Amino acid sequence: MSAPGTAQFCGMLLRRQVLLAVRRPIEIGNPLLFFAMVVALFPLGLGPAPDKLAQFAPGVLWITALLSNLLTSDGVFRSDFDDGSLEQLVLAPQPLFLSVLAYIGAHWLTTGLLLAVLSPVFALMLNLPLAALGTLVVSLLLGTAVLSLIGGIGAALTVGLKRGGMLISLLILPLYIPVLIFGSAAVQAASSGVPAGPYLALLGALLCLAIALAPLAMAAGLRISIDA
Amino acid sequence: MPGRASGAPLLVAQSLCLVRGGRELFRNLSLQLQAGQLWQVEGANGAGKTSLLRILAGLARYGFEGQVFRHAPLLYLGHQSAVKALLTPRENLAWHVSGEGRYDDAQIETALAGVGLCGYEDVPSHTLSAGQHRRVNLARLLLSNSPVWLLDEPFTAIDKSGVAELQSLLATHVGKGGAVVMTSHQALQVNCDVLFLNLGDGPGDRPGDGAYAGALA
Repeated sequence: MSAPGTAQFCGMLLRRQVLLAVRRPIEIGNPLLFFAMVVALFPLGLGPAPDKLAQFAPGVLWITALLSNLLTSDGVFRSDFDDGSLEQLVLAPQPLFLSVLAYIGAHWLTTGLLLAVLSPVFALMLNLPLAALGTLVVSLLLGTAVLSLIGGIGAALTVGLKRGGMLISLLILPLYIPVLIFGSAAVQAASSGVPAGPYLALLGALLCLAIALAPLAMAAGLRISIDA
Repeated sequence: MPGRASGAPLLVAQSLCLVRGGRELFRNLSLQLQAGQLWQVEGANGAGKTSLLRILAGLARYGFEGQVFRHAPLLYLGHQSAVKALLTPRENLAWHVSGEGRYDDAQIETALAGVGLCGYEDVPSHTLSAGQHRRVNLARLLLSNSPVWLLDEPFTAIDKSGVAELQSLLATHVGKGGAVVMTSHQALQVNCDVLFLNLGDGPGDRPGDGAYAGALA
């Protein structure tokens, strides 16, 4: 009956959060539906010329992925704050900056991972060259993980506010920009036949930095939000 | 409790002062929580009972003066039940975010039966009533190993027999060498000594330094 170790506790939280998401499928479906709708709108707005669409496809896909992530990141800690679970998490004997990683992991598994896996379908709608599909998936896998981590910081800081939606965008959009630049540049490079490796490496470096620093910021943000 | 010198306090609060909205709620409040003590915090609405409990638990870290030293693991039950509507009571307890312990199915079933939720282990919690939600939360007391319990209005939405069971549970915990600080407006009927901490009649009333003589152990 001793307190579970940190790794075991994080595993428990991950399972709990994924199960909660699976029991509310609309939360998983919403960002994917948003992605599909926005991607479908571009050919209508830009005109259906395939070569023109292919030219814009990397940027369009990445901007849409970023916005759909922004839509969901507000809710990472929201329901736990509302029902008092967050107070219990803050008081848990395990270090908070590691247990928030489980929350972000679950968020990424139910948003970013699915988006990356399904992105080739949307890419074909925009006539992205087949050679760039692999790069698109890899860049989204790395990039959405960074976005989830950064979004978690904003969510932790604004969870105590009634209307945090606008504020969270202002807080985290500037931090999203490097991810967008390197992510879309990687896909752009791959679609024009240039090696995308360097951009993916930079995304990987961003991910390492975010994994190292974002949990500390999230833990501090949650403690402040709980205190207020 | 094992591993601790007898007589050492489980929790010490030193000269706590809290000002909210320009009003002084309490000043120079000191508290030594010893094993075997049951404290009931009293006071009118707005007297600062919940604020005091949050300070003792460590949820409030700024905005007050004084220091709190926690020498033992504690369990805090707040106003909200921290029960997830989409999870069953069993899942709620097995994967509880407080990270207090690992419980097997038999322990959880015993605890849920102990709070009168036998047969409700595997139904989604959103089908339970408000009182049953509170009871799922109270099942944590039966599972808990923490010597210090900080309970904020534990009797809310609990029926009469539930209140009686909870009171006997508190007495048992105190008898085993635990300690409880709780807020309640009800008079406790327990077969152990209850120490009272009166926070006064509300924000208008400003008790001075001598008002907590009973609190200085």
